Amino acid sequence: MLKVTIDNIEIRVEEGTTILQAARMIGGKVVPPAMCYYSKLKGSGGKCRSCLVKVVKGSAKDTRPMPKLVASCSTPVQDGMVVENTISEEVQEARKGVVEFLLINHPLDCPVCDQAGECDLQDLSFGFGMEETSTVEPRREYPVVDIGKLIKLHMNRCIHCYRCVLAAEQLTKKRAHGMLYRGDTMEISTFIQTAIDSDFSGNMIDVCPVGALTDRTFRFKSRVWFLNPMNAHRECSKCGGRVTAWMFGNEIYRITGRKDQFGEVEEFICNECRFEKKDINDWVIEGERKIKRQSVISGNHYEHLKKGSIIHPIEGTTEPQE
Amino acid sequence: MGRAILLDKANIPGIRAFGVYRAHGGYNAAGKGLLEMTPAQVQQEVIKSGLRGRGGAGFPTGLKWSFLDRKSTRPRYLVCNADESEPGTFKDRYLMEKLPHLLIEGLILSSYALGVRTCYIYIRGEFKYLVGILETAIREAKKNNYLGEKILGTDFSLEIYVHPGAGAYICGEETALLESLEGKRGNPRIKPPFPAYKGLYDCPTVVNNVETLAAVAPVIGMGGETYSKLGFGKSTGTKLMSACGNINKPGVYEIEMGLPVEDFIYSDEYCGGIKNGKMLKAVIPGGSSVPILPADLILNTSRGEARLLTYESLAEGGFESGSMLGSGGFIVYDEDACIVRNTWNLTRFYRHESCGQCSPCREGTGWMERILYRIEHGKGRMSDIDLLVRVAKNIEGNTICPLGDAAAWPVASAIRHFRGEFEAHIK
Ligand SMILES: Cc1cc2nc3c(=O)[nH]c(=O)nc-3n(C[C@H](O)[C@H](O)[C@H](O)COP(=O)(O)O)c2cc1C
Ligand code: SF4
Ligand code: SF4
Ligand code: SF4
Ligand code: FES
Repeated sequence: MLKVTIDNIEIRVEEGTTILQAARMIGGKVVPPAMCYYSKLKGSGGKCRSCLVKVVKGSAKDTRPMPKLVASCSTPVQDGMVVENTISEEVQEARKGVVEFLLINHPLDCPVCDQAGECDLQDLSFGFGMEETSTVEPRREYPVVDIGKLIKLHMNRCIHCYRCVLAAEQLTKKRAHGMLYRGDTMEISTFIQTAIDSDFSGNMIDVCPVGALTDRTFRFKSRVWFLNPMNAHRECSKCGGRVTAWMFGNEIYRITGRKDQFGEVEEFICNECRFEKKDINDWVIEGERKIKRQSVISGNHYEHLKKGSIIHPIEGTTEPQE
Repeated sequence: MGRAILLDKANIPGIRAFGVYRAHGGYNAAGKGLLEMTPAQVQQEVIKSGLRGRGGAGFPTGLKWSFLDRKSTRPRYLVCNADESEPGTFKDRYLMEKLPHLLIEGLILSSYALGVRTCYIYIRGEFKYLVGILETAIREAKKNNYLGEKILGTDFSLEIYVHPGAGAYICGEETALLESLEGKRGNPRIKPPFPAYKGLYDCPTVVNNVETLAAVAPVIGMGGETYSKLGFGKSTGTKLMSACGNINKPGVYEIEMGLPVEDFIYSDEYCGGIKNGKMLKAVIPGGSSVPILPADLILNTSRGEARLLTYESLAEGGFESGSMLGSGGFIVYDEDACIVRNTWNLTRFYRHESCGQCSPCREGTGWMERILYRIEHGKGRMSDIDLLVRVAKNIEGNTICPLGDAAAWPVASAIRHFRGEFEAHIK
């Protein structure tokens, strides 16, 4: 076992554990935000840089600090390592910078975005975003396209995290989309208009941290915070059949995987469960699902605003809740 | 000064041919290494020579070789980085064009030291015309038993393959290069693991620059110790400098390290002074990625000492008043050069070449380019200057690979030393 200290909290972890995983074991405030890492997708992480932390002591053997901030999701723990996240000014500043980079070309069309309320980028901007934009240039724009019958791609909102590419590669038989071009013209695209059609392609929607990939069968049906997330299951020959059914009264509006406190699904689900089973009789409803993460949908209460009133952040909402 | 050990044979007529190269002492070092020395001894000589990587970072070559995972039972690879695409850098191209057999000789010795049987030359796509030159040389070397099976009757066998890239600067970054060589999109890998453990096809791999590997031939030829006496301090040996910009004699020069920058710019042996008798304004001494320095700071350090062409002297003063030797791409600007326009131009390059994988570089390079475009085209705001500094700072050190730093430094240094010029553009 290796000893690592994160924000003055000590924990022992197995060899091969990354700083981010160790922080998740501690839980709470010390967990760095992860926009591209996804524990269930091999090779994910390292790209968004929102999880940067400072290693002030490399290990018990080599006590030197690491010269640069490191991506906690892809840096393995060494015995005796000392890490700073929330207590490091430098980390907070760098993270602000990363959020700003993710936003300068982002449309921020949350009012018409199906992801609003359960969007990692919204949460991150809430925690680290600046109040005013420093850009005067027009933002990148792409047409909205359907990639197959079931998924809509809003490339404007993509943060290039690669999760959907990895999901397609690892969950489906034949990946039919990928990253085209490079630099800030890089875009997710299907290979020459191939529709994405495979039993597990819908999981791309769940792994997408933003509203770039959304469910066409749920499009504009409702804001997520008006729906009740319910754990539900059914016998399924393709997947475990354990899902979250998002309901209004007795009606199922959409089906997703069950997301944990870090925004990751517990299990991937098949397209039949996700897109075709929208009748309450298809499912055994287990009961209400507690959404264990910071987000509008977990704020759990709404405030009535008078015209001209100022919105105050709900206390504690920038911290993940247990 | 001026002892050529790499380019000494460059101007011999027909030197590209095996016979001519051999007649002028070529492959003597290879013979010496393979017949008289063990692989460990060859590596030992490289360590003794103090040779440092000529691809930009200046990392000690012998030390890098010693990291190679020798316990692994998988094949080992040596990859020669010939992607040379950094603006201002054109020395490897010259070396390969003039002396293909020198590179091959260096590759033989290096592969022998590392226990490598397969070596790749990853060459920039635009250097198509060099592929034929290199492949001809490889064929000739093979015919003469310097490559192929049982070289010179020893148990050592080696094949060299030339692999052209598709023209991306980022594929010069060693892990992006390996991805590209494997046939994938040229995205830099996240390290660790390092190539010495998991490189090409997940096998232990060493990646070195063309000039570094070519230099192994004279190192073995003259012995590591003799080589280490060339140069100055920890910057041993000679360095190829590609000089361009507003000078009388642009070209590739081999200098012994330690040559004063002033001599390099003004002496007739090298750059021959500033064109049209103009004044020197600034220099980017090590390829477009390193900080620009104004005339006074490139000629003398802030402590008033003469600036020398060595890794240490050029870096003296840190980011405040120093720069880097980098790849040796020496870009000279005269009094009429516009720093704003030049900075914009370089930033355009980095924006275009960013692989786009990580947010600070993907978004930051584009953002800086757009701001600089506005300033250059009369639409700047005074606040843009500090904004540029802030964006550059937020990129620097926070990216997957050093391209982010390479994009940030030129902007930060241009503003540091020429802020007034940016202000004048905006007013
Ligand atoms: C964006 C980028 C481009 C690079 N391009 C080259 C190149 O064209 N040639 C090269 O030798 N090294 C290049 N490098 C450096 C390589 O990553 C690597 O450090 C080098 O090949 C190691 O060789 P050396 O130790 O012999 O210098 C580049 C690095 C970066 C970050
Ligand atoms: S992706 Fe997130 S931040 Fe972007 S518009 Fe949708 S809800 Fe808003
Ligand atoms: S579409 Fe979504 S999952 Fe795919 S790269 Fe973009 S943000 Fe990531
Ligand atoms: S720094 Fe730039 S070039 Fe390097 S990995 Fe990140 S986006 Fe790609
Ligand atoms: S989560 Fe670590 S870099 Fe994106």
